[in-house]
Amino acid sequence: MRIAVCVKRVPDMELRFSIAPDRKSLDPAGLKYDLSDFDGYALEVALRLVEQRGQGEVVAISLGPDDVQETLRKALSMGATRAVQLKADAVPADGMATARALAAELGEGGYDLILFGRMATDTAHQTVGPMTAQLLGLPCVTAITHLDLADGRGTARRALEGAVETVTFPLPAVLTIDEGIARPRLPSLKGIMAAKKKTVEVKPARLGEARLTIQSMELPPDRPPGRIIGEGPDAVPELVRLLQTEAKVL
Amino acid sequence: MADVFAFAETRAGELRKVAREVVTAARQAADATGGGEVHALLVGAPGIGAHAEPLGRHGADRVVVVEHPALERYSSEVVAATAAAVIRAGGYRAAFFSASAQGRDLAPRVAAALEVSMASDLVAFSFEGDALVGRHPTHTGKVITTVRLAGAPAVATLRPGAVTPAEQPRTPRVESAAPALAPEAARVVVTEVAAKSATRLDLGEAPVIVSGGRGLKEAANFRLLEELADAFGNAAVGATRAVTDDGWRDPSDQIGQTGRVVSPELYLAVGISGAIQHIAGMRTSKTIVAINKDKDAPIFKVADYGIVGDLFEIVPRLTEEIRKVRAER
Ligand SMILES: Cc1cc2nc3c(=O)[nH]c(=O)nc-3n(C[C@H](O)[C@H](O)[C@H](O)COP(=O)(O)OP(=O)(O)OC[C@H]3O[C@@H](n4cnc5c(N)ncnc54)[C@H](O)[C@@H]3O)c2cc1C
Ligand SMILES: Nc1ncnc2c1ncn2[C@@H]1O[C@H](COP(=O)(O)O)[C@@H](O)[C@H]1O
Repeated sequence: MRIAVCVKRVPDMELRFSIAPDRKSLDPAGLKYDLSDFDGYALEVALRLVEQRGQGEVVAISLGPDDVQETLRKALSMGATRAVQLKADAVPADGMATARALAAELGEGGYDLILFGRMATDTAHQTVGPMTAQLLGLPCVTAITHLDLADGRGTARRALEGAVETVTFPLPAVLTIDEGIARPRLPSLKGIMAAKKKTVEVKPARLGEARLTIQSMELPPDRPPGRIIGEGPDAVPELVRLLQTEAKVL
Repeated sequence: MADVFAFAETRAGELRKVAREVVTAARQAADATGGGEVHALLVGAPGIGAHAEPLGRHGADRVVVVEHPALERYSSEVVAATAAAVIRAGGYRAAFFSASAQGRDLAPRVAAALEVSMASDLVAFSFEGDALVGRHPTHTGKVITTVRLAGAPAVATLRPGAVTPAEQPRTPRVESAAPALAPEAARVVVTEVAAKSATRLDLGEAPVIVSGGRGLKEAANFRLLEELADAFGNAAVGATRAVTDDGWRDPSDQIGQTGRVVSPELYLAVGISGAIQHIAGMRTSKTIVAINKDKDAPIFKVADYGIVGDLFEIVPRLTEEIRKVRAER
């Protein structure tokens, strides 16, 4: 079983962000970077599928400048067999441009499964996976929370608002992975040592024209400071009064 | 003057609220760009065309109805092919979908089929020259990114709840069309849709969300929150990841960075510490109330109103008071 996992390098979301003087990017000072959360889940799903079968390979692919090699190293140390960097000066803001470049690479790979995160936690487009699938003409199920594979077919579950959908599909297929399906492992010492011996293959990214650009970035306004209106159940009538008269939500 | 396309989402034969939001947004977009028409697409089992009337009420001039017995359930491939065909033929300025589970699945396929880019999860938009400019909460809600999408059609998904459905009644021209891909040819097939609870509103649609964290101590105590939600009458029950991880609540109830992002009128955080990943999912709520026994819990920093104390004493009292208020009306 050959599985490709598309992984993106994103800023660590725990940190405080500030906007750079160009007012359309994050101030890089103090940022740390890691694999996007959902891509970690996707990688874990791929690794388990290959481990269960005792054969196959997991290829991690990331598009961007050379610093994405750090992300690919992490994927290798978690257990990916190979890593490919699609080299570009910057990660495009346009999900379609990214999808074109990924599709150009993936189309030649003969993969049984191509996995994406449900979304990149920075750009939060949730588009690159299904766009790539469409460009490749492959079946695609998005935001899955459960996966079974048997006899060249898959069954997945995905959460809808207030319901859960069960979906069947043939392989090869593109899946985007939601949280909850598999907790990503930490790189083991053995994995880190093994990763050091592997090389990251570098290829030029075939991006095409970007039509979505970032015009500006800002931090959302802080919520006006709230107040503690009291302690214990005796504060409840005052809360209800404020909800009625001040917040007007009752 | 250019026309605007709106995808009218349905599930199990029902029109979803987001469909009215998307048609309302399309009406606003058409009016802002010179008063073109709004064309809506309805796809479903025979009978789905009955929803053309409410779409007209929200400003649709034309409704394309695609009915087929196999389309009782959403088919990503058939609906994407059909929407792409309608959009290609219509020469639209913009094509709007909801950023709902279905819309997020559908819109990127349609954009790729049309070989255009798209903007996601917009909370506001406008047109500037040949571009659609939209505001999109990114970086787990910690940044608002304004994106600029050049060219037509400008495909975009709109965050559920960001647009308030508004009526602009007209009698739409209703036309039926065949699916652009035979449903039998679809490779991806939905075999089951299990509704979680028929009685409770969805988190994305409820005006009030009562949300619980580890402070509830055990799964059975969520009954207290269910009762409070019942007292409101228009509430859904949410949870933190700590709670869904422990299996106290369904994973789909999780609110936060990796769960649902919600903006109800009223969000009650009960026994929730207010971790940054949780706040990412609820900070845009209109009014936030926190109940926590720790006066230094970070949730109080985002709450408009807080009560410090034991939730097991406070929540039953609140339920009682809300019942009284509702009974008076
Ligand atoms: C990558 C990543 C993604 C994450 N995504 C999410 C996400 O999407 N959503 C999410 O919620 N979390 C998420 N988390 C987890 C998050 O960091 C927190 O661990 C979680 O939100 C804590 O849940 P909690 O508030 O229920 O529990 P706790 O932090 O344990 O808080 C319990 C609170 O209950 C209060 N309490 C206890 N007893 C009582 C009582 N009797 N009366 C009143 N108050 C009481 C306590 O004072 C405390 O503040 C994520 C974490 C990571 C690392
Ligand atoms: N630059 C990139 N390199 C590799 N994969 C990417 C890149 N950008 C996005 N992806 C993949 O596409 C998914 C969805 O991203 P997005 O559509 O931007 O939310 C991510 O979780 C990754 O799996």
